Amino acid sequence: MFDYSVLDRAIEKFGNEEKSLIAVLQEAQENYRYLPKEIFPYLAEKLNVSEAKIFGVATFYENFSLEQKGKYVIKVCDGTACHVRHSVPILEALRKELGLSEEKKTTDDLMFTVETVACLGACSSAPAITLNNEIYPTMTPESAVALVKSIIEKEGK
Amino acid sequence: MSEYMIIDGIKAEINGEKNVLELARKVGIEIPAFCYDPDLSIYGACRMCMFEDERGRLDAACSTIPKAGMVIKTNTAKLRKYRKMILELLLANHCRDCTTCHMSGKCKLQEFAYKFNIENVRFPNNSCSLSSDQSSYSIVRTPSKCILCGKCVRMCNEIQSVGAIDYAFRGSKMKISTAFDGDIANSPCVGCGQCAAVCPTGAITIRDDADLVWKAIGNPEIEVSVQVAPAVRVGLGEEFGFKEGENVMGKLITALREMGFDKVYDTNIGADLTIVEESNELIHRITKGGKLPMFTSCCPAWIRFAEDKYPELLDNISTCRSPMQMLASTIKATYTGEKKHIHVAIMPCSAKKDEARRDKFKDKDGNPLVDYVLSTQDVVRMIREHGIHFAQLEESLPDVPFKEYTGASVIFGASGGVMEAALRTAVETITGEKLGDVEFKEVRGMEGVKEAEYDVKGLKVKVAVVSGLKNASIICDKVKAGEADYQFIEIMSCPGGCVNGGGQPFVDAFTRSAVDYKGLRASGLYNTDADMSSRKSHENSAVMELYNNFFGEIGGHKAHELLHTHYEPKKK
Ligand code: SF4
Ligand code: SF4
Ligand code: FES
Repeated sequence: MFDYSVLDRAIEKFGNEEKSLIAVLQEAQENYRYLPKEIFPYLAEKLNVSEAKIFGVATFYENFSLEQKGKYVIKVCDGTACHVRHSVPILEALRKELGLSEEKKTTDDLMFTVETVACLGACSSAPAITLNNEIYPTMTPESAVALVKSIIEKEGK
Repeated sequence: MSEYMIIDGIKAEINGEKNVLELARKVGIEIPAFCYDPDLSIYGACRMCMFEDERGRLDAACSTIPKAGMVIKTNTAKLRKYRKMILELLLANHCRDCTTCHMSGKCKLQEFAYKFNIENVRFPNNSCSLSSDQSSYSIVRTPSKCILCGKCVRMCNEIQSVGAIDYAFRGSKMKISTAFDGDIANSPCVGCGQCAAVCPTGAITIRDDADLVWKAIGNPEIEVSVQVAPAVRVGLGEEFGFKEGENVMGKLITALREMGFDKVYDTNIGADLTIVEESNELIHRITKGGKLPMFTSCCPAWIRFAEDKYPELLDNISTCRSPMQMLASTIKATYTGEKKHIHVAIMPCSAKKDEARRDKFKDKDGNPLVDYVLSTQDVVRMIREHGIHFAQLEESLPDVPFKEYTGASVIFGASGGVMEAALRTAVETITGEKLGDVEFKEVRGMEGVKEAEYDVKGLKVKVAVVSGLKNASIICDKVKAGEADYQFIEIMSCPGGCVNGGGQPFVDAFTRSAVDYKGLRASGLYNTDADMSSRKSHENSAVMELYNNFFGEIGGHKAHELLHTHYEPKKK
């Protein structure tokens, strides 16, 4: 059974009306780390909005994700500064290490998600990546892979 | 004192028009517009409707309230340049295969591209995929033709409260989408086709089933019969130069015979049959303590809506099949010919295309009782394809034995018509006396919600008539909450009833503002009714003969088997 209690609490907090939709989705995103399919009909009913509308909101804001993400979300910056300082090889190295691609962004064990981001605003430390929102500056393909390996080791113990 | 504003030098009297665009339309000036529709909220996104004021400032006509003394121009060099730019941008993102598009000749984008002399689009075309969503029996969606005016979204949400589609994604990826971008057939869509009725391009159209029918007609081994719904006869003529609401049934029958249909019947006799059964059911429910209020059941989009959103009210819906289905099952059950028999129905409706495919309306071999449903639009195209000069045709009559009808049945096509027809029969049956005046004018008209209360020999009968599913949901909520004391409620999904069905000839937004086309089509039906000598369904001798020779008792066993149905909540 899917656990709707997170939503119930959020609805209680923000009110059961269409206005609350974004706030409730935010709580859901934080809790599940993505917006699971199951919550759509549930919220549609409770907030009296259509599922199509919720989908619209969920796809409008970049912070919402419809796919389940890994425990560790790595974002490789592909802004201009990072790009010219070779961020692409970092991305490729990470994908290769984890068996991921542009389409497949998350590992099957839901441990890692690798995605790109337009600009992290950390251009002075280009090329940069973030790991669960923490910035790692001046990376190389090797240091990025080493970071991933250290996590796998930590998790594997 | 009257107030005026000056539009392109014309003195336009302000009479509470909601915006400058409406006022301009009232005085015959068409300001180009994509995203404005008189029945929907203002979106103000396309910027085609700009006007220029005396100081050279530009503003959107759809979002500006008319003010006395305003002097504006709707067509200046600046505006032309501006509009051309908008059109080029839209065309760059549009699949421009006009020659094979269903909306060719009616599309606003095509019309404006022509009017504004767009000869060259300076931007690369990046929308050539013609992939479309064909999952629904009712509508077809081709996203590459969408200009994101949002009319469909507003129609589906504001007027129909269905919420099957909405905007999704952002920026250049923005599109109109169902939840999770899934097939429309798996969404809450009820197939009403009203989104297609307002879409200015070919991005949403009504499914075309003409090819299947041509194939059947062309096969000498097959007998093809056809029935024609009431609303079709007052809509179809518009496509051949007739005035809105002119009844062209006689010519249509001739055309159908020329095209090769073997038998042409009138759905009206099915409507009379429906009224006989439905008023019997109503009286039964009222006198024997059945579930009340009773809802009408002839609108298949309403049925889909109720099955999805009001499962707790399904027992309140009349078990009567729609007139189309009643007539089809009668035709199929009484067919004695040797040949394989295909039955076609011409309907003003896209939802009927879906209704015909439902399992409960199939015979025991699994074949649909109505093999194909053609929309009014489909038939218009077929008539053209066949090279028929429609306006010059002689008139003819339908075939026996499904030919005779009463005035009660023909008004089925307008909001309030089913109610009025049922009242004529129910009141006479309850009182045992002949009605002096058969017209129940209170339930007529194009308003979305109508109410009336009648005293039938001491028995109070309170009725409501609604069109548009948003209005329906308001009434349903009241019934659910126990706040409504009606006995009988008529619901039609399309605003104004079937005359304004999704399958009817396309009416562009300018005409929607300027002409009461729904009202005119409805009066076409009421005029036909008024001209009839027989105006009550139970006086249809052909129907009564059917009971004597075939069905037996009204509401009896055979009638139940062939003329009634049941409802189940939508599986989710
Ligand atoms: S056909 Fe009706 S219910 Fe379906 S998407 Fe269009 S407006 Fe909505
Ligand atoms: S599908 Fe048609 S009505 Fe809907 S947004 Fe696109 S162009 Fe407008
Ligand atoms: S902005 Fe006025 S019609 Fe689109």
